[in-house]
Amino acid sequence: MSSQANISLPKPVSAKSNVRRDPRMLFLQLRTLIALFILVIIFSFTAPSFLTTGNIVIMVKQVAINAILGVGMTFVILTGGIDLSVGSIVGLAGMVAGGLINEGLLLPMLGVSIFFNIPIVIIITLAVGALIGMLNGLVITKFNVTPFIATLGMLYLARGAALLRSNGATFPNLVGNELLGNTGFPALGSGTLLGLPYPIWIMVIFALIATFIATKTPFGRQVYAVGGNEKAAELSGVRTNWIKILVYMISGFCAAVVGLIITSQLVAAHPATGTSYELNAIAVVVLGGTSLSGGRGSIFGTIIGAFVIGVLNNGMVLIGLSDFVQTAITGFVIVAAVVIDQFQQRVQRQLVLQQATSQVVEQAQTKGGDV
Amino acid sequence: MTNTTPDEIILSAEHITKVYPGTVALQDVNMNIYRGKVNVLIGENGAGKSTLMKILAGVETATSGRFLLNGEEITVHSPRDAAKHGIGIIYQELNLYANLSVAENIFMAREITTPFWTIKDKEQSELAAQLMKRLEQDIDPKTIVGDLRIGQQQIIEIAKSLARNVRILIMDEPTSALSNTEVQILFRIIRELKAQDVAIVYISHKLDELLQIGDYFTVLRDGHLVGEAPAADVNLNWIVEKMVGRRPESLFTRDDHDAKEELLRVEDMTMPRAGGGYVVDHVSFTLRGGEILGIYGLMGAGRTELLESLMGLNPEAQGKIWLSGNSLDKKDIRSRIALGLSLIPEDRQLKGLIQILSVAHNITLASLQRYLSRRFLSYKKERESIKQEISDLRIKVASPDNLVTSLSGGNQQKVVVGKSLLTSPKVLMMDEPTRGIDVAAKGEIFEIMNQLALRGLGVVFVSSELKEVLAMADRVLVMAKGRITAEFQRSEITQEALVAASVAMSDVAQKGVSV
Repeated sequence: MSSQANISLPKPVSAKSNVRRDPRMLFLQLRTLIALFILVIIFSFTAPSFLTTGNIVIMVKQVAINAILGVGMTFVILTGGIDLSVGSIVGLAGMVAGGLINEGLLLPMLGVSIFFNIPIVIIITLAVGALIGMLNGLVITKFNVTPFIATLGMLYLARGAALLRSNGATFPNLVGNELLGNTGFPALGSGTLLGLPYPIWIMVIFALIATFIATKTPFGRQVYAVGGNEKAAELSGVRTNWIKILVYMISGFCAAVVGLIITSQLVAAHPATGTSYELNAIAVVVLGGTSLSGGRGSIFGTIIGAFVIGVLNNGMVLIGLSDFVQTAITGFVIVAAVVIDQFQQRVQRQLVLQQATSQVVEQAQTKGGDV
Repeated sequence: MTNTTPDEIILSAEHITKVYPGTVALQDVNMNIYRGKVNVLIGENGAGKSTLMKILAGVETATSGRFLLNGEEITVHSPRDAAKHGIGIIYQELNLYANLSVAENIFMAREITTPFWTIKDKEQSELAAQLMKRLEQDIDPKTIVGDLRIGQQQIIEIAKSLARNVRILIMDEPTSALSNTEVQILFRIIRELKAQDVAIVYISHKLDELLQIGDYFTVLRDGHLVGEAPAADVNLNWIVEKMVGRRPESLFTRDDHDAKEELLRVEDMTMPRAGGGYVVDHVSFTLRGGEILGIYGLMGAGRTELLESLMGLNPEAQGKIWLSGNSLDKKDIRSRIALGLSLIPEDRQLKGLIQILSVAHNITLASLQRYLSRRFLSYKKERESIKQEISDLRIKVASPDNLVTSLSGGNQQKVVVGKSLLTSPKVLMMDEPTRGIDVAAKGEIFEIMNQLALRGLGVVFVSSELKEVLAMADRVLVMAKGRITAEFQRSEITQEALVAASVAMSDVAQKGVSV
């Protein structure tokens, strides 16, 4: 039935103001962006080299790592979940790629190793990342394990697998071999397009695609719905388990991308790479205004969050603050962001309440009754 | 009741107003509570009884208004404040720690301790045992509360309040889970408490009980105080008239629908209960296009579970379902929706709405596939449908981008209805669709129901309100204890027959008129 239009109740009532457009709300909603501007202004005065092209490129390359992880993490957190395994997936992805380049895929029954060209290596590595994410999702949905525990387990499991791959050793010098046709891997981390390093482009493309997915596809909408009220989403025909599996796959995929980028930048794969990156990823997501309880947040916010952390760290180095002070300040900023977020929620509820109250009064004045 | 000395008011609520985002639960309500009397508070679902009591118990704070205790103004901002003033409350849903013992429950958060902050278990047990004796219950204070029957748990709640020396005890639907004998025990306890000068505030739907135990009656309707009288001036007609207000018939619009071909066939639907037995016990029925099928029954009769099983929400449910000839067995919820089944759930907040999302995103959630344009959501297509539903269903909202929680209960319900309608259902199941919404919105929901039936949809609607069922249904199934106990055609439906069938198999085998 394409036209539903046959229900006719009496005329609708006129429109009223919108809480979200209240100036106080606007200020609170844009707070992270405002904070970013303030940081940039402060550092451009206090650290003379801050605004040089060289420094900005280095900084944004650093930002890209957290941002790409954050993009995947945002989807997970929007469903009300968490993915603690991304740091380990970064390490494992590096080891998978490094192993494939230096040792190839060993087929024991045939006694030979197959070497793939770099695009295939990349595709295999990304598939491994997505597969680990899928495992996370399956454990969470099919066996009813809370996301925290399931991905905590995967944090150890994937790290263990990364260490096992080489017995803890590093795969050095990942330049490949012309004879095997697998050269060119370092370009991923150090190559540039229009003067910008590839990782920055990857971040931009991921952010755009992810924003598109989150806002323009049924999948994206359903991610928000699952995080907002899983029961109601299920009753509306959302395949909640499938949505959850997919978000962990996205997160695993993003982690594998980061693993490839770092390995390529270092031209070596070390099994401890990416340790505690999951915490950075969660930090940038939260800083970007995404609620850990799910259903509220945006990719754009996460990118801004990644920039705040990046600018903060970079600027603090330039003005010569010690590592220790930097770490403490970063922690303070994250908690402060959530405190302000809670404050925003309260203001928003109050505004909604005020609006409701004024409507009641208005209606009572006109004729009372239906509220 | 007798007119020797005037009864003394222990607490009075003055001009209490409570506004929630989206709804006004109470508007300028006054209530007097008399010392040593049973003060009955009545009203339909959503009239504001529970809200008023929650405010009094410190769980919610009133938007405006004040309480006078013995003539002095008191502030009650937390359950702790309430306890300090001797106000205790027993909720319909019990607030007990099932994993702890009777004694531990009774003394929760006010443990008797040694100077070293350790608990004096022995003393607590002794006191708990004394309380059990006073309540004539043979319950060991060391028993884990989870092992007790519901009726006994209710007694523990009362003991908890007694241990706090309450002067005002609020009981919200205390008998809903009790057996007949347990109700008699409760009434005896209430009389004893009265003798000890404790004021009881008693909320219930069971009018015969109220007439039996009540001393003063206060009636709320749609958040307003509509009646107040001592028991001597109260009878059943008075209560019903005050509760319902304007004649209920004016609420309902109903045209005669021509029943068309069979749309839905359900055979032998069962859903096992966790502790053995069935929540839904071998239920079979059919539904025709253009028909409004009412399912009447008391709380816990298995009505909600039946609808949810039909929708595919309960994997443990079994039975055969056909919708326009298509078998729905083993289909998931999404496929059932695609085939034309839709459910408007009983609990709007828990199962109907995504509170954190906007009106627009809630309305289109179940029908996102319709708005695709080259595999992506088309803003334009979505907006068209949203605008259509908002105007068709007359949803009052400033902008579709406002949060759904900013709407009133009735408008929230219409959002859920709109979401269902956009999936183009052939059969729409509505579970208590008028719960917690105002009178005008109720009328509109019925009007929608009527029009859908005229368009040839099959409508199943569950209600525990007799007058709704009487007014709207073409045919009524009565459920009790998971089974269908009676079926009536429109011409045969009477209030008495419905009530009789709904309690036919329940152990509260009395003619409790529940309105």
